[in-house]
Amino acid sequence: MSDNVKRRDFLGYSFAAVAAVGGAASLVAMKQTWDPLPSVLAAGFTEVDLSNAKPGTPSTVTWRGKPIFILKKTDAMEQSGRDLVIGSDRYTVAIGLCTHLGCIPAWKDEMWKCACHGGEFNSSGVNTFGPPPRPLDIPPFSVKGTVIVLGEEGPEYKQMAQA
Amino acid sequence: MAQFTKANSVGEWFDQRLATNKFMKVMMTEYWIPKNVNFLWAMGVVLAVTFGILVISGIFLMMYYKPDVNLAFNSVNYTIMQEVAYGWLFRHMHGVAASVVFLVIYIHMLTGIYYGSYKKGREMIWISGMLLFVTFSAAGFSGYMLPWGQMSYWAAMVITNLFGGIPFIGDALVVWIRGDFNVADATLTRFFMLHVFLLPMVILGVIALHFYSLRVPHVNNQEGEEIDFDTEAEKYLAGNKKESKVIPFWPVFLSKDFAVLGIFFIFYFYLVFYHYSFAMDPINFEPANSMVTPPHIYPEWYFLWSYEVLRGFFFDIAGIKAFDLGLMAFGVANIIFFLLPFIDRDPEVLPAHKRPRFNIWFWILMVDLIVLTVYGKLPPTGVNAWVGFFSSITFLGLFIALPFVTKADAKARGAL
Repeated sequence: MSDNVKRRDFLGYSFAAVAAVGGAASLVAMKQTWDPLPSVLAAGFTEVDLSNAKPGTPSTVTWRGKPIFILKKTDAMEQSGRDLVIGSDRYTVAIGLCTHLGCIPAWKDEMWKCACHGGEFNSSGVNTFGPPPRPLDIPPFSVKGTVIVLGEEGPEYKQMAQA
Repeated sequence: MAQFTKANSVGEWFDQRLATNKFMKVMMTEYWIPKNVNFLWAMGVVLAVTFGILVISGIFLMMYYKPDVNLAFNSVNYTIMQEVAYGWLFRHMHGVAASVVFLVIYIHMLTGIYYGSYKKGREMIWISGMLLFVTFSAAGFSGYMLPWGQMSYWAAMVITNLFGGIPFIGDALVVWIRGDFNVADATLTRFFMLHVFLLPMVILGVIALHFYSLRVPHVNNQEGEEIDFDTEAEKYLAGNKKESKVIPFWPVFLSKDFAVLGIFFIFYFYLVFYHYSFAMDPINFEPANSMVTPPHIYPEWYFLWSYEVLRGFFFDIAGIKAFDLGLMAFGVANIIFFLLPFIDRDPEVLPAHKRPRFNIWFWILMVDLIVLTVYGKLPPTGVNAWVGFFSSITFLGLFIALPFVTKADAKARGAL
């Protein structure tokens, strides 16, 4: 310690060091109390049987409190790399929240239209008009026969997520 | 210890211990206000009283409200509205005051802009006032969530999603703010805490700062005249009350403020008893449902202008996504008023009617804010979307033009 550091400065610096460590530690604690609780993170895996889906009519299931759109495509609908293919059937599986600000778009005239700010998504869940910055998100899922398990990351999901 | 003699009265007893006489002089009887003001100078006291109404009615609501997704809706719409004696009164007082407080804030702000009361030493008054506007907005939004109806839920959804636009950390930040992947129980309880404790505490602190910031530069007047407050105060204290340009805050100025307050109370309670429904959106009388978005959602009237700036940009420009453009414009709209003292380049304090170009600027701003507010409530389709786009562009353009407009006025007057 150099001579020009006085005793009172030393006391001040020591207190600043203690306060900085304590302050940083409490910020970590405060940040983490606002994180989702373990029970929320663990909240479930949802199984959906796709065999009963009607072509051309989307259905909505709930997963982690969010709506999931499931649409069995008709032959007239465009094919997309985002389709889940099981046998000869093609499905759109997407989180039903507009990627703009999270409203639920409604199925109308062969597309999903968002009432909040006018965004539109086609039958593959790709944004075609308005403010949404990207297609509808695809939830993680795995495939077991004609049943999909939402929440698990299967190979089909990883392939679709890249498309 | 200081020397204490026996007090001859209760007043003297307190004065010995708390210097109450000195305190009253500093805060009240020798705090000087110019004579040359009008009823618009009463809005500060009107706002302070409205905040008081919000606190008191809020205390009564808090005793029956339950911040839990399963209980919140009924605790408001059944318990408070139907079971608690006069519960309806406190809810309507709280809801209407929350709406009216923004009307008065806007009048207060626009008065400040018109008379140039934000510069030449008054910058901190303006900045602390803008901080109050921001904290009141946060309090308004967090309170709107509490009844847990459909509008509460979807407003919370849209507003928390706005943070998703922040680069890199956006998505994680949204989950952190909500405490869940969706707007859920954790979200409701933490916004309840913010609404009933943290935000009111911050507001009280900023109100103290706002009042204190008036102390050195003093209140502006109708002509922007620079008054020597010490000289004028001496005249008043010497008995030349007619000649002096100032009056004491108490009892002279406040007596007139109370007259304005009386008129405000009649207007406010008229709304509370006969027109409360304007602050009670019918869609919010449906319980929150995370699986159904109402066909048309919109914020309360006082957020409509900035909401319209947010959604005014509905197509991509120069490779920038419409979503990001809207978010940037919204961000600018919410902070640009903070910068007003620094982008006004006119060195003199004068009312708008003595600054011809600024006067035009001011009234265009007024009209634009009204257009944005009206179209913010309409569905964003067809021609409405274009009106929204051009009025948003006008809003941003006005603030780019302001330095040039104010400089031109100052040059024409020979002040620059």
